[in-house]
Amino acid sequence: MKVPYVIDVVERRWLTVYVPLFALLLYLPSLLILLFSFNDGVYVAFPLKGFTTAWYEKLAANDALLRAARNSFAVGLFAATIATIAGTLGAFAIVRYKLRIAKAMTVLANLPLLIPAIILGIAMLVLLRAIGFGNSLWAIAVGHVVVCAPLSLSVMLSRFVDLDPALEEAALDLGANERKTFFVITLPLSLSAIAASFILCFTTSFDEFVVAFFLSGPEQTLPLYIWGQLRFPTTLPMILALGTVVLGATLALVVFSEWLRRRGPKVAMD
Amino acid sequence: MVRGDNRLGQYAMLAPLGISAVLVVLVSLALILALSVQRTDPALLFTEFSLTAYRESVARPLFWMVLGRSLLISAAVTIATLLLSYPVAYFIAFKAGRHKALLLVLISAPFFTSYLLRIFAWKIILGFNGVVNSFLKTLGLIEQPLQFLVYNPFSVVVALTHAYLAFAVLPIYVALERIDKSLIESASDLGARPFANFRQITLPLSLPGIIAAALLIFVPTVGDYVTPTLVGGPGGIMVGNLIQSEFGKANDWPAGSALSMAVIFSVGLLLALMAGGAKLARRPA
Repeated sequence: MKVPYVIDVVERRWLTVYVPLFALLLYLPSLLILLFSFNDGVYVAFPLKGFTTAWYEKLAANDALLRAARNSFAVGLFAATIATIAGTLGAFAIVRYKLRIAKAMTVLANLPLLIPAIILGIAMLVLLRAIGFGNSLWAIAVGHVVVCAPLSLSVMLSRFVDLDPALEEAALDLGANERKTFFVITLPLSLSAIAASFILCFTTSFDEFVVAFFLSGPEQTLPLYIWGQLRFPTTLPMILALGTVVLGATLALVVFSEWLRRRGPKVAMD
Repeated sequence: MVRGDNRLGQYAMLAPLGISAVLVVLVSLALILALSVQRTDPALLFTEFSLTAYRESVARPLFWMVLGRSLLISAAVTIATLLLSYPVAYFIAFKAGRHKALLLVLISAPFFTSYLLRIFAWKIILGFNGVVNSFLKTLGLIEQPLQFLVYNPFSVVVALTHAYLAFAVLPIYVALERIDKSLIESASDLGARPFANFRQITLPLSLPGIIAAALLIFVPTVGDYVTPTLVGGPGGIMVGNLIQSEFGKANDWPAGSALSMAVIFSVGLLLALMAGGAKLARRPA
């Protein structure tokens, strides 16, 4: 039999050398963060000292950190909600209606992804000043809506493209108006994608640093708190413990959202 | 009932997206542009037209050096990331079988630690008492820690390449996945050896994924601020650091705005050149 794929020729050497190396490279930073969060020593360097959970205990007792975490939750919930509403309505209008600006909109809505975050952050800072507002958590939240809207749009676009329009047309034929059809047929069939979009936006906002850096007032988000602490070597292991907790929680959310995304519209109907 | 009775309502559905993703961005960028042609004095904002900020930036050798370095670092990161991740995307698309979903999750998993900490971790890996130096010392290959591993453009490229690996695997995987497998098999049946087959069928058909990945890597890395700040050292600063210092310490917003416009302009120019080149290449000889 012929072997059409390059990989069949190089497979053996390939699998034994490249894939483990790639995996090691991929996981190395996260593994080190995990490792040093349990290291009984202040210096984040080799050799390792003993095992300790002290850094995790310090984490739970740190008020400034918990406050920053609460702020990040609030900002993330706001940004994810608004961005998902914008993405869902926008994607629906683009896919279902033959609007003249649909194509331009699909391209232009990716602008926030095509501009380096530092320029986006600074530009929104200037806008904020121009309309007479100061820096605040609200400013960060609005900034994150801008960052997240294109992400939500791409998730929702692919769902509405897959959604059989016949289901909506049936409802329209049976006398439901467009608004009712949207809320009774379209939205329930897209719930899993909406949840996936929400989670993607929330995790993005939760980890976003640069835009928040320029829009932040006296209240910090978690990445801003981490940034401030990176200069102080003595609290560093605690920050690594924080990173491990965030990794665990985000990972759980992401696996959950992947599972949701893979559930097609048909499954969501049962 | 026919769809499309209520045009106004349909456009209204686009409004939240249009305002958040397009209008806010365009207005902010317009303000940056306006700010960049002001007199270099925060008290004179939006008063007097002047090209001082551009003239002064262009006259600074530091500006050209840092902008050039940023573009070079981003180009290096883009190429390294594509080369490292293409084989993995290829493997997942054609050979992973039912483990595809699992592998994709495994590849994205390490990217959900805090971005700041992931970049910071490279200090632990490349630092003077870091993983690499400790390892080489244990092997007896070196006596003194290697100094050139961190706080230079090299460590910036390494940290950024790592940060964007998963972003490259996904679009390339999607493009490979879309290829009609019968095309590859028929080329093989017609006598194409695996490498010729790859070069003439698979690679060109996966080009959209490669281009998407390149965009997703190049654009954000040019303006990256975190990585050069944490692992770049004095010789590794990038244009993001210059912009930040103009808006921060130097408090010269027109100069920072002019720098931002210069970045947008050079990225746009580079992308246009690439698009033009791709068009020329596609034209039959």
